[in-house]
Amino acid sequence: MPSPRADRSQKPDSTRPVTQAVEIESLARRFGDVDALAGVDLTVAPGEFFGLLGPNGAGKTTLISILAGLTRADRGRVRILGHDVVDDYRVARRLLGVVPQELVFDPFFTVRETLTIQSGYFGIRGNDDWIDEILHHLDLTSKADANMRALSGGMKRRVLVGQALVHKPPLIVLDEPTAGVDVELRQSLWAFIRKLNADGHTIILTTHYLEEAEALCGRIAMMKAGRIVALDTTRNLLARFAAALTVRVDVARVPEDWRERVVRESGSVRYLGLADYAELEQLLAALRRDGIAIGELALTDTDLEHAFLNIMGSTA
Amino acid sequence: MSVQERRAGRFVRSMMARGWTTLLYKELLRFWKVSFQTIAAPILTAVLYLLIFAHVLSTRVSVYGDRVSYAEFLVPGLVMMSVLQNSFANTSSSLIQSKITGNLIFVLLPPLTPAELYFAYVLAAMVRGIVVGCGVFVVTLAFAPGVAAVVHPLWVLAFLLLGSLILATLGVIAGIWADKFDQLAAFQNFIIVPLTFLSGVFYSIHSLPDFWQRASHVNPFFYMIDGFRYGFFGLSDVDPQASLAVVVGFAVVLVALTLNLFSRGWKLRH
Repeated sequence: MPSPRADRSQKPDSTRPVTQAVEIESLARRFGDVDALAGVDLTVAPGEFFGLLGPNGAGKTTLISILAGLTRADRGRVRILGHDVVDDYRVARRLLGVVPQELVFDPFFTVRETLTIQSGYFGIRGNDDWIDEILHHLDLTSKADANMRALSGGMKRRVLVGQALVHKPPLIVLDEPTAGVDVELRQSLWAFIRKLNADGHTIILTTHYLEEAEALCGRIAMMKAGRIVALDTTRNLLARFAAALTVRVDVARVPEDWRERVVRESGSVRYLGLADYAELEQLLAALRRDGIAIGELALTDTDLEHAFLNIMGSTA
Repeated sequence: MSVQERRAGRFVRSMMARGWTTLLYKELLRFWKVSFQTIAAPILTAVLYLLIFAHVLSTRVSVYGDRVSYAEFLVPGLVMMSVLQNSFANTSSSLIQSKITGNLIFVLLPPLTPAELYFAYVLAAMVRGIVVGCGVFVVTLAFAPGVAAVVHPLWVLAFLLLGSLILATLGVIAGIWADKFDQLAAFQNFIIVPLTFLSGVFYSIHSLPDFWQRASHVNPFFYMIDGFRYGFFGLSDVDPQASLAVVVGFAVVLVALTLNLFSRGWKLRH
């Protein structure tokens, strides 16, 4: 699948004050004995395509829920385009569209009714032109009058995306939006989201498909155990945390002096980070020196998955 | 002012503050789409009650010193019972279904105030209750035509509105409180149904033993039925003004409590 490479390292213009799309200060939330969020500070600039990554339970969904007013913080503040999500929630919610992670729908209504009703909740009447455009971009036009129950999982997911967009929010949060969506439709969905981003909408994305985050996001925050453990442009994260090359070798063991280069293991298959191609020759020499037979060998370019694994591993 | 701020300002100004009427429309559409279940079925049930009870008891039960036939006496009670039960059913079933399926998020994400959420759900439930009540009244007229001569229509209207408001509000509380259908069924079967059946729908409380007469006076549903019936016949078991005061007081307390629950996001916003 063609995957657009990230080259969108938009950063706030430091020459003048800008109302940030999202400002999060010292945000904390505890559920029982677990710190779902343990003091998160984060700023997302207007127009950014921002990635929020982390393993399950890292606090991403809690953070999004607080942003959307679905969960209340124990302490800290969140503002959307300068509007506090608690004190000024009516304006803040108008500025925000959320695609929830769970596949939820109202079984009483058709796709068009669902989108029309969602428009109405935001006070918008006569939204048919925009709804038609959404249906077109999400490849749902032929299903406009179908009951939600009759749709496949991927189609229901796309309706959720449509519901988040009906009021043309300046800030769009997508919480795992492509789970269960097939490759072709995923591409058309991302083309639509990229168009919205190009039109000035700020996008915050959480996804388990790291190649999507790498391809789309200009900046990425990585979360773990309720904290942000890495925050930088995608390019810088790759440069700092991922080796230039990764070699995949199937070997019984790794030479002692190469142990530190192992970034991942799966049985006898090891992934080692290399600074450049010259190091490949050194690795092969070390394997010959120690009499280790190579079952299989492959080289891959650096990617966000390696950076992710390195960051998560280094902050254990 | 940045371009983004101007865009946000234009965006917000372009909005109309009428989101709650959409939620009201959605709730109306929701029960209308299954109107056989939500409207026709309860009307049929009430008519069956009338046919069976009026046939079996008409010669054995005397009400209001025989100034009103038993069939006529039954009609306002059955109308009000249908209004109460269906008002409760609408809010409670809508909320618990939305909670369990997760689609409640669609009304929690938009900028609706707690009062807007409350009134949209409750008004839709009141409409359903009153539509069913009117249906029961029209159909039962064939069996008790004398009941059409309503003595105090404004009292009828007042108790109709207050009764449906109270039960719709109780439905909101039950729907938010219950985490599963079983809990909602328990609320309905162990609280709402007994209070409704023991409120004088089928009898005048003067026909009850002393203890049960006194017990009826602590049942707020009794005042709803008795006051409603006063509107039809100009006759009642207790002073209709006392009934009105009790019902208004109960409604005020419940509405205030429920608005407070919505404002705090009780079991809705975690």
